[in-house]
Order: sequence, then C-alpha cells, then structure tokens
Amino acid sequence: MSNTKLKKADIIFSSYSVAPYEILKLTMNKDKTEVINEILDSGLRGRGGAGFPTGLKWKFMASEQGEEKYIICNADEGEPGTFKDRKLLVEVPRKVISGMAIAAWTTNSKLGIIYLRAEYNYLIPALKKEIEVFDEYAEKFGLDFKVEIFSGAGAYVCGEETALIESMEGKRGEPRNKPPFPINSGYLGKPTLVNNVETFASVSMVCRYGSEKYKSYGTDDQHGSKLFSLSGDSPKEGVHELELGMKISDFVEEFGDGDTKAVQIGGVAGFCIPRKDFDKTIIGEGNTTGGATMIFNSTRSMYNVLHNYLEFFAEESCGQCTPCRVGTQQLLKGIEAVKAGDKPESYLDDLVKLSKTMKITSKCGLGQSVTNSFASIVKNYKEEMLY
Amino acid sequence: MADVAKIIETKVEQYGKDRKALIPILQGIVAEKNYVAKCDMVEIARCLDISAADVYGTASFYSFIEDTEKGKYVIRVCRSITCEMKGKNKILKALEKELRIKLGETTHDKKFSLLETNCLGLCDVGPAMLVNNEPYTQLTPEMIPVIIREHRIKEN
Repeated sequence: MSNTKLKKADIIFSSYSVAPYEILKLTMNKDKTEVINEILDSGLRGRGGAGFPTGLKWKFMASEQGEEKYIICNADEGEPGTFKDRKLLVEVPRKVISGMAIAAWTTNSKLGIIYLRAEYNYLIPALKKEIEVFDEYAEKFGLDFKVEIFSGAGAYVCGEETALIESMEGKRGEPRNKPPFPINSGYLGKPTLVNNVETFASVSMVCRYGSEKYKSYGTDDQHGSKLFSLSGDSPKEGVHELELGMKISDFVEEFGDGDTKAVQIGGVAGFCIPRKDFDKTIIGEGNTTGGATMIFNSTRSMYNVLHNYLEFFAEESCGQCTPCRVGTQQLLKGIEAVKAGDKPESYLDDLVKLSKTMKITSKCGLGQSVTNSFASIVKNYKEEMLY
Repeated sequence: MADVAKIIETKVEQYGKDRKALIPILQGIVAEKNYVAKCDMVEIARCLDISAADVYGTASFYSFIEDTEKGKYVIRVCRSITCEMKGKNKILKALEKELRIKLGETTHDKKFSLLETNCLGLCDVGPAMLVNNEPYTQLTPEMIPVIIREHRIKEN
C-alpha cells in the first residue's frame, strides 16, 4: 500500500554525530558482507537519477579482484534545476566522505576521487579542509583510503559515469559502450564504483539508522528520503528533503505559488507534467528520481521553456553519435520552423517521432531522454507551439 | 607572464607523464592565462607524447577551457531555464552596457570577457553568474555596475 501524502524528512541533513566519522568507525566494527547486505536491504537506489540499487552495485564491486580499485563520487550535477549536491557538499561533506570511506572499506578500495564540476570550483578549499580531517581519522581507524578531488571542465555529459571516466583519463567526455560496466573496467581499466553525492550521504545514514528504520520511509517501491531541488515559480525554492512517493498535486499545494501550470520533474531530461495530470502522477513511481523539480506558473510560455531545453541539449550533446548530435539540432530548428509558420502543425508529430527514434538509437542517457520533456510538452501544450 | 613549460612540468610530476595529466595541465594554464593558446597545445602534445590534434580535441570539448584569448575576469551568466525566467536577459543587458561589449566579446583592456553558460547549479538563487570561480547570486541589473567596478579596481 503506497502512502502518497507529502511527508518531510530530516535524515540527510540531520546533525553530525558528536565524534567525527563515528559512523564510519562503528561500521568498521561489523562484517563487510553484513554491511553490504544492510545497504541492499535498505532498498537504497542511486540518487543521481538512474536509480540502480546501490547495494547490488557494491556487491559486484566487492567481488572484483585486484589491488587497484577506485571509488568515484560523482559531483558533476549539471542537470538544469539540480543543486542538491552543492548543498550536501557545503553543509554535510562529512557524510559524503563517510559514505565513500564505507564503500572503500567494504570493497577493499584504496583511492577515492570526488569528480567536482568546474562550476563548483569555489567549493574546493572547504572540501580540502574536510578531507584533511578525514585523513586524520582514517589513520586513527587504520583505514588505508585517500580521497582526492578532480575538477571537471564544464561538460554536462560528464555526469554520465563512463563519460566522467573518459574525462578523468584526459579525453573528450564521450560515453563508452556498456558493457563493460565501470564496475568491471572503469578508470584506467580498473574496477570503479561511481555513485552520486547524495547516494554516498544516504549510505552513511543507512549505516547510522539501520536498514529497517531507513526502509520505513518512502513507498514500497522507493525507500528512504530524497532531496528535491526546487526552483521556478515557487515561494519555497531550495532543497527539500521529502519521503519518496507523493502526488504532484500535494507537492504543488505545498510548494506552488497558487497558479501552477506545469511541473518539470527530473530536470530537463525528465518529464513535464501538466496540471490535468497532477492528481495522477506520483513522484518516485515509474519516473526518474534525480530530484530536480521546476515549477512553471501560467505566465510562462511553454514554447520558451522547450526552446531553452533544446538549446541546452543541442549544445551539450557530445557529438559522438549521430541520432543525438543531429536530432537535438533538428528538434530545435523544427519547433522554430513550426512557430514561424514555415512548417505545418503535423510537423510536430514528425518531430515527436524523431525524438522517439533518438530514445532507441542514442548511445547514452542524454540523447535517450530528450523525448521525455519534448513529447510531454509538445503533446500537452500544442497550441503554444503553434501560436 | 605564466611559464607554460613550468605548469606542464608541475602537473606531470603530480599526475604522471601520460594522458590523464592533460586536463589538469589545461586547467593549470587556464588558471594562469585564462585560455590555452594553440602553440601551448603543441607544447603539451610534445611533452605528453600525444598528437596536437588530440590535445585540441580534448580542450575544445570543455566549456571551461577556452582556446581563444579571454579577459582576466571571465564572466559566465547562467542561461538555464530558471535563471532565464528570473531575468537573465536583463542581467546580460546590464553587463553589456557596463562593459561596453557584446556577449562573447572581451573588453579592449583585456580585463573582462562576457559569456553565457549552462546551469550553474544556483537555480534557487538565480539569476546567477560566475566571475572566474566566484559565484554571484540573486542578481539585479543595479548590482552589475557595483560588481564590475569592484573588479576594475582590483590590481589597478
């Protein structure tokens, strides 16, 4: 039975334990397999958006042999409308590093790298300070694990884990074919565990509260709490920690400005939900869980919104595969032509078809997800595309 | 003047003399000179023993690695949807007026370059921009002359 009421949570931003890295210390007293099973039991899924079960990823990583294994914290949140990782790194970096250290300990890895997007370079000094604190405690606990920061250079696609790894290896951030998955062959061809900032922070909270308690939050399908980056036409912009599984109508009632026309969930790569579907849609069930949520009120032109999205995609497409490189440009040109009256209304249907082809044929999530917002906006706001 | 050879040497020491040192080297040069000149790319290629085309291909992929000369202060205004909704264009106009350049240009004294960029992750406090690495949030057109003057005065 899913509970779909909006419920606030206070897990991830709860205050630190009194002694620094106490959770790490307590966790290290347990059995490694037991800890991985605990995370598996908690039902925690990757918080970057794709939602792969974290415990399972760790289990695969733990079974990889070899001396050189890497733990990467993906802090390249480039999705327009996402800023929760920034808040985590500013307010509770210790929980993030704890999560990385727990990952390192359970999977026998010795080097951790925080891939920090270039736009967040100003966070480096504070992060380095926290890493110094960590080093001190790691030595005390006898944990052989170092954390470094790798600064990104400004490319949205590098949030995709294989593109991120390419970038760390000094190449263009172009996604690789999968398989092999990074767990088997990642950074420098070695087993590499890539998790989102929020995932690592959530891991340390699972270890603090136990999987039973963690599981009591959220729905049957999606456990725990999730950070939502809320922006747009809302008097309550910012990061909100909520239990997963709430109706958009409840969300809008809490966070909207009373005149909400559409809600974009999962950033520009996610879906645009029109007012008529607010009651039907439950955040966290069958949709993406990256947490970027933008609210548009009735003064906004959805054509302008979509145009902005498409400019973004056309620029950030890495150019490696044709459907995405050409498709993003053609979608942008296409809606401009329809708006200008150079193409008939039926051309919009052709464009939707093109976006669906991109979903099937693109190599990575960037090209595959363009259709989400494109089709949902074109379908629900056709008049605005035309006039 | 920044010594490019010196930067390459330091980064190679830190990251090893192979491809994975490339982005840190490029970033190191950008930190000193705000852009990586073609001749510097050739030098990097020689040091890392890779082709200059590979260096250029990588450098040009990333929006924070410029390959044409930029000002001492690179201003990047966020153009993503929520910043646009909150008046990004007014901020851009105010910057163009104050700096007397158009978007994409650099001032004659080589002090400022004006660019747009994709989401800065400051959506809840938009409109936002970066001046080099420094974020400025909840901008209004009135704030722009003040911010620019602050940077003009620095090291004059």
